[in-house]
Amino acid sequence: MSLDFTVIPPFIGVILMGALWTIAITAASAVLSFFGGIVFAVVALYAPWVIRLPFRAFAWLFMGTPLLLQLFLIYFGLVQIGIDLPAFAAGVIGLGLHFAVYNSELIQTSILAVDKGQMEAARTIGLSRSQALRKVVIPQAVRDVIPPIGNNMIALLKDSALVSVIGVSELTLSAQLAIGRTYRPFEFYVLAAVVYYIINLGMEAVQRRIERRIKAAR
Amino acid sequence: MDIDLMLRVYPFFIEAAWVTIQLSVLTTVLGLACGTLGAMARMSRLLVFRMIGAVYVSVFRGTPALIQLFILYFGGPQIGLQLDAFTAGVIGLGVNIGAYMTETIRGAIIAIDKGQTEAARTVGMSRVQTMRYVILPQAARLMIRPLGVNINALIKGTALVAAISVIELTYTAQRFIGSTYKPFEMFLISGALYMIIIYATGRGIAWLDRKAQIV
Repeated sequence: MSLDFTVIPPFIGVILMGALWTIAITAASAVLSFFGGIVFAVVALYAPWVIRLPFRAFAWLFMGTPLLLQLFLIYFGLVQIGIDLPAFAAGVIGLGLHFAVYNSELIQTSILAVDKGQMEAARTIGLSRSQALRKVVIPQAVRDVIPPIGNNMIALLKDSALVSVIGVSELTLSAQLAIGRTYRPFEFYVLAAVVYYIINLGMEAVQRRIERRIKAAR
Repeated sequence: MDIDLMLRVYPFFIEAAWVTIQLSVLTTVLGLACGTLGAMARMSRLLVFRMIGAVYVSVFRGTPALIQLFILYFGGPQIGLQLDAFTAGVIGLGVNIGAYMTETIRGAIIAIDKGQTEAARTVGMSRVQTMRYVILPQAARLMIRPLGVNINALIKGTALVAAISVIELTYTAQRFIGSTYKPFEMFLISGALYMIIIYATGRGIAWLDRKAQIV
């Protein structure tokens, strides 16, 4: 069987729809992983030990096991305890939590690197500890950590392909759908790779712009 | 939690863990080979090689590893490349991680002070000799830790070959989740085995790193 790229045009719509879902799931997971990362970082640094220790165990488990395995756990595990989530939601939770743990590690280091004087000054002018954290320390910590978080988000885009395995009809699954009809895996997977690559280039361009703005703001 | 069930199925997971270890080792070897070649290409004097290296890194880091694996395994036969799932898994994952290792190795080499090259060239060494006797021995020490990070990601990345039905840890977990409806228990067994593999590898790399330092 030789290659025949003329099989692609009838499926352009399907593939583009899949690309939109990939962008949607990446965006939703990115937002969850960003705010989840901040919450996790605060928990890991400031929560009382009864919360902190189980959380450390959870983070350790999530960093030491494959994302694909975690997706299976979340998708099928939630069903086991009686929560029947749509695949899209399970995918967003899985990707979001996985990357929240990685973001949290970055944010923790960054919070610790914010000058102690900032907290002291904030407390002196009458802010409570949590106010000082929320309004003074965390904004600075987050600003410093945006470039490496951007790298995590680009990794997230590529890992979003994994949710095809639990049945989210994003780009990879759309390609598989087209392959099921045409028996042309090479053509459609290459097409999917090209589309991923374009989205990836777009994200890198956005990342560069954001980094320039942060540099200018400092 | 169903401990009885876990005790009944864990031998299957142990067997699967061996497959994951084999995959990891072979992928690491192939990845290091690709990474070394890639770094050499990216730092070559010839523009053609530099471009090939840049395209390799950009394409393989810019697209999902899962798609690369699918192109090789499912698309391969269309261009006359028929591989069994395990071999396709090793090649797909190895070439993918090689792109990341290319940047790690290149990063370590350019981190070596330029004065070293200049000094070696001044005492009459050729470019190749300079690389071989002066730069690489120093760069090798610098790259152990970051390569360890790549290898850590690679071990978790081997889970992807479950999608092309290689019977490794994640595939086994998936199969038992399907037949027992106990996802949590299966996650615990396979997760624990992954953690053991990753922890042991991490210790090995830390040991190597300590050994390699001069002081």
